Amino acid sequence: MLKINKIHKSYPIGDSSLHVLKGIDLSVEAGEMVAIMGSSGSGKSTLLNIIGMLDEADEGDYILDNVPIKNLTEKKAAIYRNKFLGFIFQSFNLINYKNALDNVALPLYYQGLKRKERIEKGLYHLEKVGLKNWAHHLPNELSGGQKQRVAIARALAANPKLLLADEPTGALDTKTSHEIMDFIQSLNDEGKTILMVTHEEDIAQMCKRIVRLKDGVIIEDVFVEQVRASQYV
Amino acid sequence: MRFLFERDTWQEVYDSLTKNKLRSALTMVGVWWGILLLIGLLGSARGLENSFNRLFGSFATNSVFVWAQSTSKPFKGFQEGRLVQLKISDAKKIEENVDGIEFVVPRNQSQALVVHKFLSGTFGVNGDYPLLDKVQKKKMIQGRFINQTDIDEKRKVVVISEEIYKQLFDKDAEMIGEYIQLNGMNFKVVGMFENGNQNMGPTSDMHIPFTTFQQIYNMGENIGWMMITGKPEYDISQIEADAKLILRNLNKVHPEDNRAFGSFNLGKEFAKVTGFLTGMQFLTWFVGIATLIAGVFAIGNILLITVKERTKEIGVRRALGATPFEIKRQIVVEAVFITILAGLFGIISGGWILIALDAAFGHGDEAVIVNASVSISVVFVALIILIILGTLIGLIPAFKATSIKPIEALREE
Repeated sequence: MLKINKIHKSYPIGDSSLHVLKGIDLSVEAGEMVAIMGSSGSGKSTLLNIIGMLDEADEGDYILDNVPIKNLTEKKAAIYRNKFLGFIFQSFNLINYKNALDNVALPLYYQGLKRKERIEKGLYHLEKVGLKNWAHHLPNELSGGQKQRVAIARALAANPKLLLADEPTGALDTKTSHEIMDFIQSLNDEGKTILMVTHEEDIAQMCKRIVRLKDGVIIEDVFVEQVRASQYV
Repeated sequence: MRFLFERDTWQEVYDSLTKNKLRSALTMVGVWWGILLLIGLLGSARGLENSFNRLFGSFATNSVFVWAQSTSKPFKGFQEGRLVQLKISDAKKIEENVDGIEFVVPRNQSQALVVHKFLSGTFGVNGDYPLLDKVQKKKMIQGRFINQTDIDEKRKVVVISEEIYKQLFDKDAEMIGEYIQLNGMNFKVVGMFENGNQNMGPTSDMHIPFTTFQQIYNMGENIGWMMITGKPEYDISQIEADAKLILRNLNKVHPEDNRAFGSFNLGKEFAKVTGFLTGMQFLTWFVGIATLIAGVFAIGNILLITVKERTKEIGVRRALGATPFEIKRQIVVEAVFITILAGLFGIISGGWILIALDAAFGHGDEAVIVNASVSISVVFVALIILIILGTLIGLIPAFKATSIKPIEALREE
């Protein structure tokens, strides 16, 4: 599904440069649910951005679904992102002047789908996250948990191979976090491959595999017994 | 170009413009004002031009009127102050010897007491050739102007102005074929012309054949004055100078005597006015376009701010699969749309201003601004300029929007 090999990344800071990723090897099979953990500055977000094609590695190979990802132009990256990836952000990043349905349908717009089809698919995914009745509400009329569910519906809308979540529960209270995790787990149960960055241990334990980063290298990569979020809900 | 016809493109434009309505409205003020100025000023300039044209309208504009006065220098034994008399032969000589002459029309003028039935009045009477109609177009309401047979047979026929008809005839009375008395002689009315503009040239109430005039006023070969019309490609000032030189020579006047022959150069006056109007139009375009450019820059400026504000949104869109081209295209469409919208408002309100100007100054004989208007082609040119400027200015925020990497855009809080 996903294979990265000896990825290096450094950022220039003034005259010197900061070596953020120092040779990361990681491979993820379809249907996995992986948590990437680490303190701030460990390089976990950079890794996610590289996997998300928002950033490019200085060195190393990255193969996603048998497609080598390298020398991307902005346009190609945009097309790959649209086709392969669904993003879930910590701060939801919904477009605040578009209603829930339009937000969910946005990736479909960039896929070039007809409006009717987009509405149909958008409503289907909103129903899946239990917000069909909220389709015509603007983001600021929704609670944090609802916003994140709209964002998840949006990430799912284009039917991506891989879901990337950057601290999906970072802006939510514990109860809502568990609801969201329960939902993400159910997506994984349906076979979606999920990669999430978190620094919360209990959230990480709800995944099936935990990769720990420290100072740009993987210090631990273990499969864990998944804690079901449903027991807290 | 298919995206231009898709609902979503315009939905996006609508969404982003209505997000901050006040700002969108204020953004448009610059371009609106520019177009308003352009349309308002161009229309007014056209109105002025029309009113000048109406003033000169009945005359061939490449003309000069020449008459004789008294000499200011002694010459060949004549003392200064001698009255010079123009002759028909002078007119013929000018026609034969000056380059670029279209016609020379000799004319005589006098006053006559005109009587019809019990009504009478004193009016100007002119002795004229049919050619006059070519130099100073007569708008005939009824009948005809003087013709060659009238000249040849020295007929006692008269062409009267509408004004005389109104004063001497009963309302709606038949006048063609009627006789009126000029200084006690019966003349048959053969035509009536519309009163032209009274402000230009000598008043002409009645025209009788030149030869008839010669006979009844005992003119001999003398003429009062002449109208000289040059061919369009010739400089009328040169013709005026040449004609006067010949006249001085023929009448034994000192070559440098500037007083002996008076003239009114219609062509020169007309050129002054048209020059002024051309200057005004140029100024209008200059001011209008400059204001437009300033207005379009204001739009570009606001869009830059908008793009800055929307950095994160643009980042999200790109993460969701929007290509840089799609982002740029959207911003350019927004820029062009807002420019055109402002332009259309400007054209409409400019039209209102012209309507108001027309209502205030556009009617009656003394109208200063006649039919103030702009042609459709001007409106199209203005719109095309707007589209071009809008596109160019839209490119700046468009490139700004995609110059930020999506990852940086997303990181921004």
